Amino acid sequence: MSISTDAGQGPLGRLDAVPVPAPERDARPSGGPRRPRRSKHRNAWEGRPTPIGQGAKIVILSVVVLAVLFPLYTVILTSFSTTADVNRSGGMVIIPGDLTIAAYQQILSGGIVTRAAGVSVFVTTVGTILSTIVSVMAAYGLSRPSSLGHRPILFVFLVTMFFGAGMIPTYLLVSNLGLIDSLWALILPGAVSAFNVLILRSFFMGIDPAITEAARIDGAGDFRILGRIVLPMSTAVVAVVALFYGVGYFNAFFNAMLYINDNTLWPLQLVLRSYVLQGVTLPGSGAGQVDVTTGAVTGLPVKMAIMVLAVVPILAVYPFVQRHFTKGVIFGAVKG
Amino acid sequence: MTAPSTPPAGPTAAPAGRREGRADGVLEIDLAADAPRERDGEAPSGRRRGLARRDREVATHNGVVMNTITWRDRLRRDKTLLVMTLPAVGLLVLFAYVPMLGNVIAWQDYSPYIGIADSPFVGWDNFVRVFSNPQFLHAVGNTLLITGFQLVFFFPIPIMLALLLNSVVTPALRTSIQSIIYLPHFFSWVLVVTIFQQIFGGAGLVNRLLAQAGYTGFDLMTNPDTFLVLVTSQAVWKDAGWGIIIFLAALATVDPAHYEASAMDGAGRWRRMWHITLPAIRPTIILLLILRLGDALTVGFEQLILQRGAVGPGVAEVIDTYVYYQGVINGDWAFAAAAGLVKGVVSLLLVLGANKLAHVFGEDGVYRKS
Repeated sequence: MSISTDAGQGPLGRLDAVPVPAPERDARPSGGPRRPRRSKHRNAWEGRPTPIGQGAKIVILSVVVLAVLFPLYTVILTSFSTTADVNRSGGMVIIPGDLTIAAYQQILSGGIVTRAAGVSVFVTTVGTILSTIVSVMAAYGLSRPSSLGHRPILFVFLVTMFFGAGMIPTYLLVSNLGLIDSLWALILPGAVSAFNVLILRSFFMGIDPAITEAARIDGAGDFRILGRIVLPMSTAVVAVVALFYGVGYFNAFFNAMLYINDNTLWPLQLVLRSYVLQGVTLPGSGAGQVDVTTGAVTGLPVKMAIMVLAVVPILAVYPFVQRHFTKGVIFGAVKG
Repeated sequence: MTAPSTPPAGPTAAPAGRREGRADGVLEIDLAADAPRERDGEAPSGRRRGLARRDREVATHNGVVMNTITWRDRLRRDKTLLVMTLPAVGLLVLFAYVPMLGNVIAWQDYSPYIGIADSPFVGWDNFVRVFSNPQFLHAVGNTLLITGFQLVFFFPIPIMLALLLNSVVTPALRTSIQSIIYLPHFFSWVLVVTIFQQIFGGAGLVNRLLAQAGYTGFDLMTNPDTFLVLVTSQAVWKDAGWGIIIFLAALATVDPAHYEASAMDGAGRWRRMWHITLPAIRPTIILLLILRLGDALTVGFEQLILQRGAVGPGVAEVIDTYVYYQGVINGDWAFAAAAGLVKGVVSLLLVLGANKLAHVFGEDGVYRKS
């Protein structure tokens, strides 16, 4: 399966292994004079949309897109707003007034939010690297159905998708391993997702065996084949799986609630829950009160700044990985 | 899952088929396909047959005719592959399989101070307690209520959105919309719930605007009566956009010649949707329905535990939160483990049952009956 053949198409361009010819959307027959405004992307046989249908479509899609973007907009705007603007609007700010970064200065100048951001970055970075490496190796190890022990090992992975041990025995195990109040408790128990391994595996299995066979004849071992041949051909799917893992680590809060009692080791999501959602004033954060001396920031911009902090890493990585979704996800999802 | 016979099967099946030396493009050895064969525990002879077949495969694969390849040879050949799977298998054994065995405390009068080894066995007492406990039954009821509600009001939305988006013909516009509506899937539940709180809560945006317009305010976040609608809206906001990706993929594999031919025959856009588009995504719909049914007892644990405090356990207590509160908070470990185990076993049966049902109706389901 090569990944370069659909360059220039959107993420929904067909996968290259499809035997049917691509929808040649651009190769329409030249529109007759009766239809001068035909979209160049519309096939000749489709017929023109009715004005009502077209209008309804535009309205629905606009509402859907706005429903996603508007909350983000108001959260980000409020986090940059001054107390005066927040007070004037009575809460979340919709119309921009004076902008300030005071809220960010406050939460990033040390204290519990800064520390929590550090914890989240550590757990996400270490966890993602560990999970991705372990999963890629396992997926490659399982990519040859004729290999010794292939079936029982695959079975070990599959069982975990259908049957979970449950929260209580897992908690007792982590507790008995002495991982309570250790950041490893946030990484190790969920480090391997069988689903992600299977996504990678089915991609690896799609690579033409002639390529790896040629390398083997040239004397390359499996680690070398994986690193030099298979991985460079699989960057898209590996990126998607790494994103899945990274987002999982970054967004998790319940495992921290379960395993981390020491609030200096709390990740960002747990701080967000306690301080922003439940409104607990965290010691040492200074948030929640009007800070008269340094530019008067009330609690709300600070709360919203914490929210922005909890979403920025995702917004930062998302655009780079997003275009690979279709390929990466479909491999796992449609194919099981 | 296996290759459905309809076009969506195409993309990944072809190369794998090539690998197996098959021409029809059907994925022969397939992720989940192996599971039922193993699980069914067919007669051992079946397994031996499988082994023999694999050996033959190896022999022809190397272009050498051999009668037998001993497992020693295979070990020498495949040892690097085995080493590669070791870290992942080790982690799964430690953090997935050891806890499965740890469920033994469900049959014990377990005390953490005594430990699993020395806690006395009490037979099925804990399970009897679980099933005679009205709170547990209430949690089961809430769970099924939320699942059912979301099946009706969440499940169809991604399908409709996908059909709608598929009809947007300008690629740039379609790609942009996709990028935006996938996004909330990657937000944490804490963030989603907090956003809802800031917008629909007592001090939220909507409430304030209503108050300014002279209406009485409301607090959606703490109202038990509307909780079902609230959790479903949150789930829709977070995951409905992401849910379309799989349908769009299925739609992208439909041969446009089908549409063109039917249009030539005079089928309008609705008829084309009914006779071409919907059959193309039917296997996907059924697959997701099965997965959802198998997950019927799991309803957004993080989402609910975040809001259980605000609306109270009356409506927000589901099986998972109940297990958490009984076990970790109240320290009734054995009871909670029994409740969790009941859920795990029933969920497993639901997946297997739903899959069986799909086979009965001639669909592929999650895995193929071998």
